[in-house]
Amino acid sequence: MNRLSAAGLARGGVVMCALVAFPFVFSQHWVLNMAFFVLMYAGLAQAWNLLGGYSGYISLGHVAFFGLGAYSEAILFSHIGIGSRGFLPLLVLPAIGIAVALTSVPVAWVALRTRHMTFAIVTLTLLFVVQQLAFNLRGLTHGSQGVSVPSPTFSLYERPFYLALLAIFALATLVTWHVRRDRLGLMLFAIRDDEDKARGVGVRATEAKVFTFAVSVGMTAMIGAVWAYYIGYVYPQFAIDPLVMIGSLLPVFLGGAGTVWGPVLGAFILVPAQQWLAYRYGASELYLIAYAAVFLAIILLLPRGILPSIADMVARRRDGRTTPRLPVGSAREEIAS
Amino acid sequence: MSALLEVRALTKRFGGVTAVDGCTFEVSAGSITALIGPNGSGKTTVFNMVTGYLRPDAGAVSFDGRRASRPDPARFYRAGLSRTFQQPRVFRELTLVENLAVAANRPWWALLGRDVPPTDRRRAEEVLADFRLGDLMGNKARELSFGQQKLLEFAAVLMGRPKLVLLDEPTAGVNPVMVETMEQHIRDLHRQGITFLVVEHEMNLVMRLCDPVIVLDHGAKLAEGRPAEVQRDPLVLDAYLGT
Repeated sequence: MNRLSAAGLARGGVVMCALVAFPFVFSQHWVLNMAFFVLMYAGLAQAWNLLGGYSGYISLGHVAFFGLGAYSEAILFSHIGIGSRGFLPLLVLPAIGIAVALTSVPVAWVALRTRHMTFAIVTLTLLFVVQQLAFNLRGLTHGSQGVSVPSPTFSLYERPFYLALLAIFALATLVTWHVRRDRLGLMLFAIRDDEDKARGVGVRATEAKVFTFAVSVGMTAMIGAVWAYYIGYVYPQFAIDPLVMIGSLLPVFLGGAGTVWGPVLGAFILVPAQQWLAYRYGASELYLIAYAAVFLAIILLLPRGILPSIADMVARRRDGRTTPRLPVGSAREEIAS
Repeated sequence: MSALLEVRALTKRFGGVTAVDGCTFEVSAGSITALIGPNGSGKTTVFNMVTGYLRPDAGAVSFDGRRASRPDPARFYRAGLSRTFQQPRVFRELTLVENLAVAANRPWWALLGRDVPPTDRRRAEEVLADFRLGDLMGNKARELSFGQQKLLEFAAVLMGRPKLVLLDEPTAGVNPVMVETMEQHIRDLHRQGITFLVVEHEMNLVMRLCDPVIVLDHGAKLAEGRPAEVQRDPLVLDAYLGT
């Protein structure tokens, strides 16, 4: 698990090559539009997974930072213009990510003093606080009138947006993959198991959590910025939307929280399914009922998500064939347990 | 011998109950000090305050000549004061090696370094071999038995190269063979210079292993002395047998 395996590299490489090639193979707008949203939710899920999956801190407020990213992009480029070729808004993404990550540090430091349900509620509050700010700071956001961003004239409109998202998605996956292998990952897993015990063996829990939170929401904000530019307008109720929150959290649990590819798999299943449902039953919010059903099914049937369940199944089958690895019945077996 | 740990007038109230009431004692460097007392006498609460898990209502704890400004288990651990729990607490989803690696002292900038660097791995393997857990090193901690988890928890705190280890009932709930194993580990590590403060109900072990013995009752120190003296002390007999 600790070293870069050839198989892992090949897997990652194949997936990335296929994703890069996609908008050059397909050019129908509806296909690329769907691909955009698949990637968007895959990226959001991956960024969320870094904190939620690894440390067990269930944040319901990530979309507040998605909104911050979206508004940063929209406000900035409604003032200064997008440049002659329209690539400037995509080039500033890293700056937006870093700025939002830094802004989030004091918020994270306070919010992460709470745990479990309380943390979920505190972060959920954050979502509504930021949404209300967007409604009410009219000088900056124009309130419910929204902010519009000038549209670029790309030869194939969706392609640059898609590729920008792909870059962020690749970054999120790389970060997730890397953290799993470094000391930060070990600390986060220890925190997920037993945070008080972790502190008792010298783990700098606060630093680890705040750092991870900042990185996670920084990437979320970059995705929000791309979304704002793609859509072309930003309204408080859409930029900071609980439904986006659900959409970025559900794939994580479907695919497997705390795994590198689980959230990606989840997004690749759920988003097309949602688009299909919307197409089939109209652009109503009926698909939410289906989402609820999916969530219930996950909790009942696959509480750990698809990938960990498959891994368990493979391990069980393998163990059935070989001898168990734990020595049993030795003199040092204990009476109590 | 100088005092490695000094506890001064430590007090903790939970609602109307005063769990620890002006408790004062010292642990000398190089000793194996026992902290005994009837159930509910405040031993574990003292442990929690000494290791930074609980903020005292009054009183102070100094370790290694320094007074702790605020309770913080992580900081205490890095200064060389570590503990185990009555119910063993291990990281169930981590392997044994990872359980030890996470307990190694590393500077904050090691955050993005390898999860188990080669030096930590070597040391973890040595410690696990000492505790006869070497064969299980790649297993997850949840696969261990209760007693093995106690050993693992003990082994893990050694990764921080502690000066003082607080053991909360190291032999509670484990079989007689394991009691001997545990005793042997404490003696070996004591010879290597580690000081121990042990809460224990198994009196034979306390009498064999510890000197001095501190007796708590109703959250305050009742008696202190060599095991044989304490055993004869009428106050102690009274507290244990009660009237």
